[in-house]
Amino acid sequence: MNAEAKPITHNLTMDFSEEQAMVLEQARQFCGEKSPIPSVRNLLDSVSGFDAAVWEEQVQLGWMGLAIPEAYGGLGLGISCSVPVAEAMGKNLLTTPFIASTLAAQAILRGGDEWQREQWLPGLATGTVASLALLDDGDWGGSLCEAEVVRRNDEYILSGQKWFVAHGATAEFFVVSARCEGSTVLAVVSAEQVTKNESQVLIDETQRAAKISFDQVNLSSSAILSQADTDGLLADLCLLGALLTAAEAAGSAIACLETVVEYLNIRKQFGRLIGSYQALKHPTVEILNAVDSARSHIYHAAGLLGSDALDNDAEIACRMAKVLATDAICYAGDRAIQFHGGMGFTYECNAQLYLRRAQWSQQYYGDSRHHRTRLARILLDNSE
Amino acid sequence: MSASKLELEQFRTEVSAWIADNKPGNPGFLLPQTFMEVGNEQQLEFLREWQYKLWSAGYLGMAWPKEYGGGGVSPAFQRIADQEMRRHHTPIAFNVIGLGWAGPLINDIGTEEEKEKYLKRILSAEDIWCQGFSEPDNGSDLGNAQCRAMRDGDEYVVNGTKIWTTMGNFADHMILLARTAPQTERKYDGLTFFLAPMRIPGIDPRPIQKLTGEYGFTETFFTDARIPASSVIGGEGNGWKVAMQTLQYERGAASGAAGGLNAVHTSAGEMIESLRGVQRDGRPILEDPEVRDELVQTLIREKSIALGDRRVHISALNADYPYSLPLSRKLRFTEHSRAMRKLAVGLQGNHGALYVGDDDVIDGGFWQRSYLNSFSATIGGGTSQVQANIIAERVLGLPKD
Repeated sequence: MNAEAKPITHNLTMDFSEEQAMVLEQARQFCGEKSPIPSVRNLLDSVSGFDAAVWEEQVQLGWMGLAIPEAYGGLGLGISCSVPVAEAMGKNLLTTPFIASTLAAQAILRGGDEWQREQWLPGLATGTVASLALLDDGDWGGSLCEAEVVRRNDEYILSGQKWFVAHGATAEFFVVSARCEGSTVLAVVSAEQVTKNESQVLIDETQRAAKISFDQVNLSSSAILSQADTDGLLADLCLLGALLTAAEAAGSAIACLETVVEYLNIRKQFGRLIGSYQALKHPTVEILNAVDSARSHIYHAAGLLGSDALDNDAEIACRMAKVLATDAICYAGDRAIQFHGGMGFTYECNAQLYLRRAQWSQQYYGDSRHHRTRLARILLDNSE
Repeated sequence: MSASKLELEQFRTEVSAWIADNKPGNPGFLLPQTFMEVGNEQQLEFLREWQYKLWSAGYLGMAWPKEYGGGGVSPAFQRIADQEMRRHHTPIAFNVIGLGWAGPLINDIGTEEEKEKYLKRILSAEDIWCQGFSEPDNGSDLGNAQCRAMRDGDEYVVNGTKIWTTMGNFADHMILLARTAPQTERKYDGLTFFLAPMRIPGIDPRPIQKLTGEYGFTETFFTDARIPASSVIGGEGNGWKVAMQTLQYERGAASGAAGGLNAVHTSAGEMIESLRGVQRDGRPILEDPEVRDELVQTLIREKSIALGDRRVHISALNADYPYSLPLSRKLRFTEHSRAMRKLAVGLQGNHGALYVGDDDVIDGGFWQRSYLNSFSATIGGGTSQVQANIIAERVLGLPKD
């Protein structure tokens, strides 16, 4: 063959900063202490889905400010430092508004003008709960802009409905994507302005999300984020959401793997530990390899993120990370039930927590096939 | 010995220019795609000349000690040289058992005399090395090796059979695992590791024809072959330990290899290029949604391995299972390589049924031949199934079968 290697995926950056390492270590320790499985189970049927005291501690540790610049009360370490937190939380099935509020802050930071940043970011850095409201129905591949804003003089009137708004019942405000006079807008809407806010029944009982709707809600012009390229911003927010979800899923997959390995090392059948059977051993190794691959992509992607708009390499990286993390947790959760045998079929067995988490992570910010379809366009259609 | 980024980038420019000037052209005969495919003298002499040239120019064994023919610089330089060789599609550095197995072992535990005797000649390809681990009845179960080496004065007398001896018919030396004590409690304790000569009476390497129809391995018969007692390395009875250490170099879990390519490089990107002209259902195959999805999955897997090779150096990201990435690399890489070639052939449509030598075959039949050959890596050096056992037991702590 004469063709030079075509560098389709040439960017192999793997930068993991001291700060990221510190955050990862601290977050793993914190989440391990604060979110043992009994605590996770205690929260399953609570309304908010999280322990307010633990959330407050996360805020005190500065985690909400990690990706917010110092000028707005944050630590200014960048979104790459939020990734290890999401992974550590996923590993302990700790669900607080961390991801939701982090993403809302990114929307305002990347899309807002000075006034808007000053208005909302300091609050977010100190624990205000907020959430993105992007999804119109079940399709992350859709426009995400079926809600409509009608402009009347200085007023904007929002109507529409959004799904899977994380922590919708707790959030103080939402960043809503909509269509306005043919272009995309992102609007900040306070919880009181929401017409209807219905909690959704989720397969993952550790998560919380709501369907929220707006019926002729009046917004002032200052509620519309001023960013010129709102389409680009919306796409970037989806990629950041995909990456944080991937990190959370990868963390959960590690914990699921540990659960499987533990059981395979204590359960005996036919006089042997079941972990000695290759029929169980080899798929367990596949889980490990899947988690390893996912984590390589996740931290590669994190290393490509800055405060600017995401470039092509970052998009590829976030999508690949989501594909692999989603596939890893789905496979791990599925096999975890099977390998626990009859026990795996019970509510008491922790394997169900991971299988349910898998179904949440899979769809949130786009499933594996969605991202692969987008990757195909980027990777296969740009022939010279 | 760490080198600055600037130094490394300057080096990259230099080595890239040298390769562009010195890379041999098409020899007019079929070249081996991996070191396990050197089947005739013509190929051997071509590759020997290339390796010698590479080493003379200072681009092989760069991190090995200067006094033994190496370059005495940071391994970072060799990594760059290897990357440039890959990028330029150079021929392989074929003496892989020497460069990647025996050499690092001798460097790590050999005597002064052994280092002087062997290392430089491995780099220059003056001495070709082969490996005698597997036996006809003991492939993956290496610890059960039965080839006997009985002490007799200053010598050991070797009897038995080794198989899958890469370049056995061309080799000057063999790293040999043989049983010196037949009745030990643990089968592993009776094994000893030798740096054995090959060109002596009583050793008969017979070429094996591979599934491709080509050659590259021998079955090697030992009949009262007498090797010097001084060729033991690591001490009598410690052969298993030494063999395991050697396998770590091969599986990529330990560093020390001299560098150079052990296989012709290809990539998923090249596979995709090879498919651009292929039609399926009256349309370009790259427009078929199912095919697109498979190709994307292949690209992702390829990138996972490359990123893993970088993440492995970041200890904070390997805290859960520190040996996971290094110990699983062989399994992940060889299975990916095989699956990718299988896919490449499968997507060629009717062309997939053609083979090397046909006028219409895509890329000269590279993908077909490469697919058939890819099993040498998923089987050799411990099959994928055995690799999975090793990972399960050593990384995850699962019980033995």
